[in-house]
Amino acid sequence: MSAHDTAEPNRRDFLYIATGAVGAVGVVTALWPFIDQMNPDAATLALAAIDVDVSQVAEGQSIVAKWRGKPVAIRQRTAAEVKAAKDTALGQLKDPVARNANLPADAPATDANRSAPEKEQWLVMVQVCTHLGCIPLGQSGPYDGWFCPCHGSVYDTAGRIRQGPAPENMAIPPFKFTSDTTVRIG
Amino acid sequence: MKRLMSALLAAGMLCAPMAIAHAQDAGASKAGQATSADGGAPSEQAAEKGQAEIPHYPLKEPEQLNWSFAGPFGRWDIEQLQRGLNVYKNVCSACHSLNLVAFRNLKALGYSDDQVKAFAAQYTIKDGPNGDGEMFDRPGIPSDYFPAPFANPEAAAAANGGAAPPDLSLMAKARAAERGFPRFIFDIFTQYAQGGPDYIHALLTGFGHEPPPGLKIADGTYYNPYFMNGPALKMPPPLSDGVVSYPDGAPETVDQYARDVAAFLMWAAEPHLVERKATGFVTMIFLIVFAGLLYVIKKRVWADTPH
Amino acid sequence: MSSHSSYVPSSGFMRWLDARLPLPRLVYDSFVAYPTPRNLNYAYTFGGILGLFLVLQILTGVVLAMHYAANSAVAFGSVEKIMRDVNWGWLLRYMHANGASFFFVAVYIHIFRGLYYGSYKAPREILWILGVIIFLLMMATAFMGYVLPWGQMSFWGATVITNFFTAFPLIGEPIHQLLLGGFSVDNATLNRFFALHYLLPFMIAGVVVLHVWALHVTGQTNPTGVEVKSSKDTVPFTPHATVKDSLAMVVFLVVFAYFVFYLPNYLGHADNYIEANSLKTPSHIVPEWYFLPFYAMLRAITFNIGPIDSKLGGVLVMFGSIIILFFVSWLDTSRVRSTAYRPIYRIFFWILVADCLFLGWLGSKPPEGIYPALALAGTIYYFGHFLIVLPVLGLVETPKRLPGSITEAVLARTGGSGTPAGAMASPETEG
Repeated sequence: MSAHDTAEPNRRDFLYIATGAVGAVGVVTALWPFIDQMNPDAATLALAAIDVDVSQVAEGQSIVAKWRGKPVAIRQRTAAEVKAAKDTALGQLKDPVARNANLPADAPATDANRSAPEKEQWLVMVQVCTHLGCIPLGQSGPYDGWFCPCHGSVYDTAGRIRQGPAPENMAIPPFKFTSDTTVRIG
Repeated sequence: MKRLMSALLAAGMLCAPMAIAHAQDAGASKAGQATSADGGAPSEQAAEKGQAEIPHYPLKEPEQLNWSFAGPFGRWDIEQLQRGLNVYKNVCSACHSLNLVAFRNLKALGYSDDQVKAFAAQYTIKDGPNGDGEMFDRPGIPSDYFPAPFANPEAAAAANGGAAPPDLSLMAKARAAERGFPRFIFDIFTQYAQGGPDYIHALLTGFGHEPPPGLKIADGTYYNPYFMNGPALKMPPPLSDGVVSYPDGAPETVDQYARDVAAFLMWAAEPHLVERKATGFVTMIFLIVFAGLLYVIKKRVWADTPH
Repeated sequence: MSSHSSYVPSSGFMRWLDARLPLPRLVYDSFVAYPTPRNLNYAYTFGGILGLFLVLQILTGVVLAMHYAANSAVAFGSVEKIMRDVNWGWLLRYMHANGASFFFVAVYIHIFRGLYYGSYKAPREILWILGVIIFLLMMATAFMGYVLPWGQMSFWGATVITNFFTAFPLIGEPIHQLLLGGFSVDNATLNRFFALHYLLPFMIAGVVVLHVWALHVTGQTNPTGVEVKSSKDTVPFTPHATVKDSLAMVVFLVVFAYFVFYLPNYLGHADNYIEANSLKTPSHIVPEWYFLPFYAMLRAITFNIGPIDSKLGGVLVMFGSIIILFFVSWLDTSRVRSTAYRPIYRIFFWILVADCLFLGWLGSKPPEGIYPALALAGTIYYFGHFLIVLPVLGLVETPKRLPGSITEAVLARTGGSGTPAGAMASPETEG
């Protein structure tokens, strides 16, 4: 045995290392399907984007669409609601960031950055309180925006947090108006 | 002496069971009671009649065709799948559902997102309940599945003379002709896994034959020697030349329709077939290389050890 | 058999761990230093292959269970969802389904190896009995697993097999309903089969631990049937057996991969791609191939034996064919362990193998014509092998002369001389 050690260490070691490496690569590659199967499957991903018809939503009305298991409020705000949101200075906001998935992460929470581009009356927003996930009630609370009954978070007419324990403005999902009467969310 | 006894033992072991079995078999048909749990009633009647021939279906074996997806390097023929979808949509979907296939799956047939959306929108899907608690109709979207022609199996049977037309999503895997010995051994090496599409093609082109003299065909059924559950089936011949128009210029014959729809149904049954075979190739190469390396190592490790 | 471990911890951490829980020592003694006969052939690698496949089945099974729904209304659809929508679902499903088949290929080779080399003979009776228990648990697991996709064969196979219990007089029907949770196979049955199918493999794992433990108490048999006499007869398990077992596993995986990727439905039945219909029986109900020999024996009994009607007779014969395996250690009277030195018995052994294959083929045939008679012949021969050949031939046969030791047999075969170099490296060397 010792005679072999000095005679051909490199060849034998290389073979063992190479085989071990091949085996390790094989095991890791074989393991991937076991992990990837936990990722969302094709049927779930198919519902990752939805088209919503908003032709019946008049001024002052909202509808709620279910998107990725969450409620998305689509509201055509009144002129008064829009004005109240625009008149708020950024310094008065608890969370000055827009939280809009269609804009850069640091965009300020102006009403223009919260509402639909070129359609400032329209607000498309994930109606889930950013505190612990309850669904706030619409057109209620001191600002006539949203009010979460679980722990008392208060949101204004642009869905921005003003009072209460919630840390962030309610999220604006990726969306776009594919026509005047259809919104694609996701 | 011991060798003789051993030989006698061997001979006895081999012959005795046959003798006992033969004696029992003669008695079995008189015994009559055969409530062994497999429900072998037809064979009991046959045994009692003594000589009755039990016909085996299908009466004729399907022809083995060359399919583009056969073999270790099989691929879909996209144009063929599109033509097959055409045949399904225009002929079969009147009676047969395709419950497991969603419109979004049709991207695999080479259609773009917009084409798939437009295709889905042609269909009316029942959805609901709405805010008033009522079900309502809406145009299809890609995530919807092909709607069934009948509300439930009972309605399907009632509309089709008592036999519900089966769902076609898995038909290409739910049918296979018996291959028998030694073909089932050769099939391992030729990778014959096309029994389903061969059967579908044979069935669809197998109408119109004259039944053999003396064979009674019930009213409302159609003789087809390729049908695997009897001499005749309740489905009338669904295809005829020219019934579907092919914009790509392929021949508009029953045989071509049958091939195309069988290929389409193979895709519907196993959409990941090509991916499976491609992954298999890489995996086999890896495993064979790895086995080779291990073999060399094994020889090395055992080189100095007589064994 | 040394009871003193030669383990030396290789690092400070290992010393620390070993002092608190002697697991490193146990692994070292059982799978590194463990003395293994040097002349084991590849038939002895199937134990390791079985361990690999148990792990594979459990891994694929657990991830499949993340997507499978065990309710009769949605079970079939959930399996198709796995096949179509779940990432790599088609691969995991085909691996699990074909994995069950290959598990049985390996276990049958493993069992026949044991029968050939007398691995069941004293002092390994408990080892063998544990193995038969594992086999029974495997059969139960596989049977219940096949019901889960809720296809036509799933449903009707479950109906037929659970109907066995109605064969028993008086208690049969109440037991039948207890097992089914109803009057026929339905959702209650499916749900409990899923729960048990998930549970049983872990019980198999537990019995496997006992099985390997019992093996390590006595040590392996070897093709000569002559027990290990000295350390010259053995080599350390690592690297010798480790490498050989790994090679065998990968070769077995090559065949497995061939079926998974190119012939995934070859070993299955097309009817199971039709959703279960309690009002329509398939024209030929057949179990999966690994149950076919037992199915043939069950259907072979078509006549009454005294007060035992043919249905009960078939059930007793079928269960009897497995129960008889428990007694093999005592049925075989031969003083020679390995069939390699029993030229007459060798003929009977291969006839038994042929008989089992024959019964398997008959199990797939419809019970018409001469098939029932042939199945009866095959069944009688099967029992004759265990009840007549094993006891009688052991007393009557003159075996070939046994080698004095494993080393003697190996050197005679390889034509070497002197002490094999590999033995010097064994840590068990005395002097």
